Amino acid sequence: MNLAVRDVRHHAGRFVLTSVGIGLLLMIVMGMGGIYRGLIHEATLLVDRVGADLWVVQGSTRGPFAEVSRLPANLEDRVRAVPGVAVARRFVSHTFQREHQGRALRLVVQGLSWPEDRGDWAPLVAGRPLRQAHFEMIADQSLQLPLGERVRLGKDMYEVVGLTRGMVGSGGDGLAFLTVSDAMAVQFDVPGEAVRLERAARQARLENLDLGRVTPQLSERALGPTSELPALGPPQVSAILVTLSEGADPARVAATLSTWPDVTVYSTQQQKDLLLSGMVDKARRQLGLFRALLIIISTIIIALIIYTLTLDKIRDIALLKLIGARNRVIIGLIFQQALLMGVLGYALAWWLGGFAFPHFPRLVVIETADLVQLAFIVLGISMLASLLGIGKALNVEANTVLAT
Amino acid sequence: MESVPGVEATRLTKIYGHGHTEVVAVQDVTLRVARGEIVALLGPSGAGKSTLLTAMAIINPPTSGQIRIGGQLVMDGDRALVDLRAFRRKNLGFVFQKANLIPFLNARENVQVALEVNDVPPRAAHQRAMELLEYLGVGTRADNLPDALSGGEQQRVAVARALANHPSLILADEPTAALDSHRGRQVMELFARVAHEHGTAVIVVTHDARALDVFDRTVHMEDGRLKNGKSPGG
Repeated sequence: MNLAVRDVRHHAGRFVLTSVGIGLLLMIVMGMGGIYRGLIHEATLLVDRVGADLWVVQGSTRGPFAEVSRLPANLEDRVRAVPGVAVARRFVSHTFQREHQGRALRLVVQGLSWPEDRGDWAPLVAGRPLRQAHFEMIADQSLQLPLGERVRLGKDMYEVVGLTRGMVGSGGDGLAFLTVSDAMAVQFDVPGEAVRLERAARQARLENLDLGRVTPQLSERALGPTSELPALGPPQVSAILVTLSEGADPARVAATLSTWPDVTVYSTQQQKDLLLSGMVDKARRQLGLFRALLIIISTIIIALIIYTLTLDKIRDIALLKLIGARNRVIIGLIFQQALLMGVLGYALAWWLGGFAFPHFPRLVVIETADLVQLAFIVLGISMLASLLGIGKALNVEANTVLAT
Repeated sequence: MESVPGVEATRLTKIYGHGHTEVVAVQDVTLRVARGEIVALLGPSGAGKSTLLTAMAIINPPTSGQIRIGGQLVMDGDRALVDLRAFRRKNLGFVFQKANLIPFLNARENVQVALEVNDVPPRAAHQRAMELLEYLGVGTRADNLPDALSGGEQQRVAVARALANHPSLILADEPTAALDSHRGRQVMELFARVAHEHGTAVIVVTHDARALDVFDRTVHMEDGRLKNGKSPGG
């Protein structure tokens, strides 16, 4: 005869309500772990999917994700000339927030190195990759932009031609893939008035500096587009992505590139490590702290409930001792209840999480290893929580049953 | 009645507290109850009846004196000579003023649990519990929780639990206090039947003088002492 189950049946209401509470707490514990996994997944997703062997970034920086990296776009040509490099692509990445149809639209713009890269590697769930050099974009579903939607970025309108799922930046914002030139146009877009003022200021500087030696041709050039001024540098990109030739030694190519004083080279793994050790690490510690606190709270709640359930049946326990029940019968009664509460809470957390996690604003990734780990934690806290009740029960004297 | 004593208390004394707070609850009591004998322990409130009973039940160890149950010396002063819980499990049955049934077990399970803690397999325990409940006339209430039983029915279930492991000694502390006279008498007759049919020594503490005719012997206690505290054999 299982005394624990019979007692639980007798106090079903209280037991179920407590288990639901524990279940919700454990669901949050589970969710916290899932959010951490999701952070890692999201942070490393792009690095994984973009398929580069080496990342060339601004010298002495840890860009382009951990910090800002600025490189001249023509660095791509220098890199391409290095032995062992098969493909060199410009990489542009920046986060925007714009108003779109009355709501805030926050997106991470990624430049694809057209025409080599049209976004064929992106996991499309609808639509197609890019087919023209300008004014098309592939958007992630999380941006809630339907196929065919036209979005104004900078001075131009971009049409959504493809949709991806789960492609988000390290901040959880959906990715939008444009060609590199479009991405740069969006990034360096300034209002027309600002352009006019800059050109006027440029001419004024020219006139002041050259003191009567200004020629009409030079003056006209100063008033023209910035890109036509040879004195100014070309547009800048965030990084150059390197794909190595078959059989090329990554360390050797990286060593060659590292001799250039204006760049720093990272492998894909190093890039991921930078992301995880920098951006994700604090979030991991924060989530870990929350998880620990919630586990402690769950333990305390289970302990208190088990303790009060034990107090409720202190006379019954005394009676069991009086009729000769061994300690293991009494310990089993209390421990099994704590375990049952933990198991019920865990099962409820798992079940509820299945409904709740997909609606969380950040990606929640629940891995089997984490579920197993939490199961052991629940087992541990159930054991720990039952100690208080067991201690009380073992100290009860059989003659307590005689007290009226 | 057999000559081998079911229980024998020799020069039993129980003192609570010490110094100026010292209370002598039981003083130098010698009592012998034979197997198959049912004895009523009478006396006014505070006479020490319940203290003597719990001492003989090895729940509340005496300060001095000896207790033998089934011929075995189990207490010498406050020193236990056996594993008390294991000894109670196999040899003693208890019935109290309140039935003290476990509220989350039904009538059958309340009896069955006493058997299972004594290592009786569940199937055999189930059968024995049902037999006892039938014997005591509450077989039809086997599946009811204590809340659904009347006071008399609860007390019968408590008696069934006390009988479950064929104890050599049953100790009952005012078992009819919460019952009407008719039900009270039924319970007393039940104890007498158990004592005579099963050869069990039964000691019943009672204030109820209306059912004294069912007892083989009555023993009076006052101020911690027996007034006629010698058994026929002792």
